[in-house]
Amino acid sequence: MSENQPAVLDFEKKINEIEEKIKMLNALAKDSDMNIDKELNRLQQKLEKQIKMSYANLTPWQRVQIARHPERPQCLDYVNGLIEDFVPLCGDRLFADDATMIGGIGFFKGISVVVLGQEKGKDLETRVKYNFGMAKPEGYRKAQRLMSLADKFNMPVICFVDTDGAYPGIESEARGQAEAIASSIQKCLQLKVPLISVIIGMGGSGGAIAIAAANRVLMLENSIYSVISPEGCASILWRSSDKAKEAAEALKLTAQDLKSFNVIDEIIPEPEGGAHRDSVATIEKVGDCIYKHLQELLPLSREELKKQRNTKFLEMGRNLNIEA
Amino acid sequence: MNWLSDFVRPKIKKTTPKEIADDLWLKCPGCGELLFSKELKKTWYVCPKCGYHLRLYLDKRLKLLFDGTYTEFDLPEIKEDPLKFKDTKRYVDRLKAYRKSTGNQDAIKVARGNIGGIKCVVAALDFAFMGGSMGMAVGEGIVKAAEYAVKNKLPLITVANSGGARMQEGILSLMQMARTTSAVNMVKENGLPFISIMADPTTGGVSASFAMLGDIHIAEKGCLIGFAGPRVIEQTIREKLPEGFQRAEYLREHGMVDVVVTRSEMKPTLVKILSILTHRKVDSEHMKSEPLKSKNTK
Repeated sequence: MSENQPAVLDFEKKINEIEEKIKMLNALAKDSDMNIDKELNRLQQKLEKQIKMSYANLTPWQRVQIARHPERPQCLDYVNGLIEDFVPLCGDRLFADDATMIGGIGFFKGISVVVLGQEKGKDLETRVKYNFGMAKPEGYRKAQRLMSLADKFNMPVICFVDTDGAYPGIESEARGQAEAIASSIQKCLQLKVPLISVIIGMGGSGGAIAIAAANRVLMLENSIYSVISPEGCASILWRSSDKAKEAAEALKLTAQDLKSFNVIDEIIPEPEGGAHRDSVATIEKVGDCIYKHLQELLPLSREELKKQRNTKFLEMGRNLNIEA
Repeated sequence: MNWLSDFVRPKIKKTTPKEIADDLWLKCPGCGELLFSKELKKTWYVCPKCGYHLRLYLDKRLKLLFDGTYTEFDLPEIKEDPLKFKDTKRYVDRLKAYRKSTGNQDAIKVARGNIGGIKCVVAALDFAFMGGSMGMAVGEGIVKAAEYAVKNKLPLITVANSGGARMQEGILSLMQMARTTSAVNMVKENGLPFISIMADPTTGGVSASFAMLGDIHIAEKGCLIGFAGPRVIEQTIREKLPEGFQRAEYLREHGMVDVVVTRSEMKPTLVKILSILTHRKVDSEHMKSEPLKSKNTK
């Protein structure tokens, strides 16, 4: 799982070697008068070439690894980068506040919005705090509450989806995880304001679609969206979690696959070498893409917004229909 | 060993593909008693010794709910195997095998008919078909059932009997959670009753979508209902789960289902609820249940 994944992915080793060399060279140059410009230049070019090469033909499994990269921008990075005057809001008013489910209000490029999303955390401490991005029923009920708020005050909802899945535990079941997710999907489909969801990393199953039954679903180039994790699928169908690579291939979980099924609306390209190499540029691109879609949705009436969303999902399977 | 273990053992089956033959012995998962299939059919697959509810064959389920005859819907063909999915076996081959063993096209049947004299649409899942898993065919079935209910102003009844989403259809199976939710919303927003019946098991993408959104939830006694399966939870928390966890009675205790009924109470309970919600006092004859009639024949 993500918490065990090293910051350097296996297929990125060559990139990392050159990066290390550049770092060393820079450190060396600091302490001496040596002119390193020429060598540095050469290495930079080599680095760019290597990144291009490594990222040219990514396998689904490599994309899974990138999607789980610990340095990949997460929900709160997008909130900090894109939302002005953000006011985090807490609690489902029924049981508790779920830290995993980030929720709040603020301005997105001058427009009042509600923001939702799962935060995974970046180090051990924050990962524990955010429960590794796995929300509990109170998280999905908090999401519903904030979506109602958005509906009441006519504010668009923006969701940043990044979860391996909803939390599977005794307390989750005791408090009705299934009902919480079902009702959250229902709430998404009842909204009469624009709802845009961006899969920024892991779109893990029911825990993801609970906040992604949206007018527009956007996906970062190297994020994934799947009915089950490759490991879970492998352990059920291959009876061995070592077959995760094969499962990742079979599940067709990349943004490119999903676009071909018309399940998502747009792929947001990542900077060369993945979102984790340039968070700032990634966040800006995501912001621009959300804004573009929001501009298309804002002229629609409240009824039209709801209808568009429902029709889209009802038609989804039928797009692939062979007429009987 | 004697003739019994030699002859009968290979035929012991946990699930009920098609309607099973009359001359089989089944082991009750509840008490371990060997039960003769002919007798089990009479009790609607409820163990006469301990009351354990074995899984019910889909057509039997429909017979249990409808008054008499019912009309099955032809479900539209869907694009098969969109992912060209292959694990240790090709998905298309799995489909073929299940079609042969169940005699059904996929894990759902949609039918209309009378229940307690009230016209209804029923969409029932079938655990015997790939664990009742929800892919495009099941999703389409629920959508069609809901559309028909809305068009003809009829109550919708779903019977969930599923382990969850059908992995072999990848993201398209996940999308059925949104599709089926949108479908049952339609029924509810039109002021029509949507009653969700849960049978063993109701988990994963099915419990986390339409099955948990009923106006009223009826669960069959002892059935497993949950989001995550018990095995996944045990692996996550690394401890044994308490007795009765995720069973129908547990769900009722935790406020997730309205009524837990035995199989013999299922139909009368459904009729009562339907008649009240549709403001029609129903002939008390319908409150009696089929299973009760044959239950005494041991």
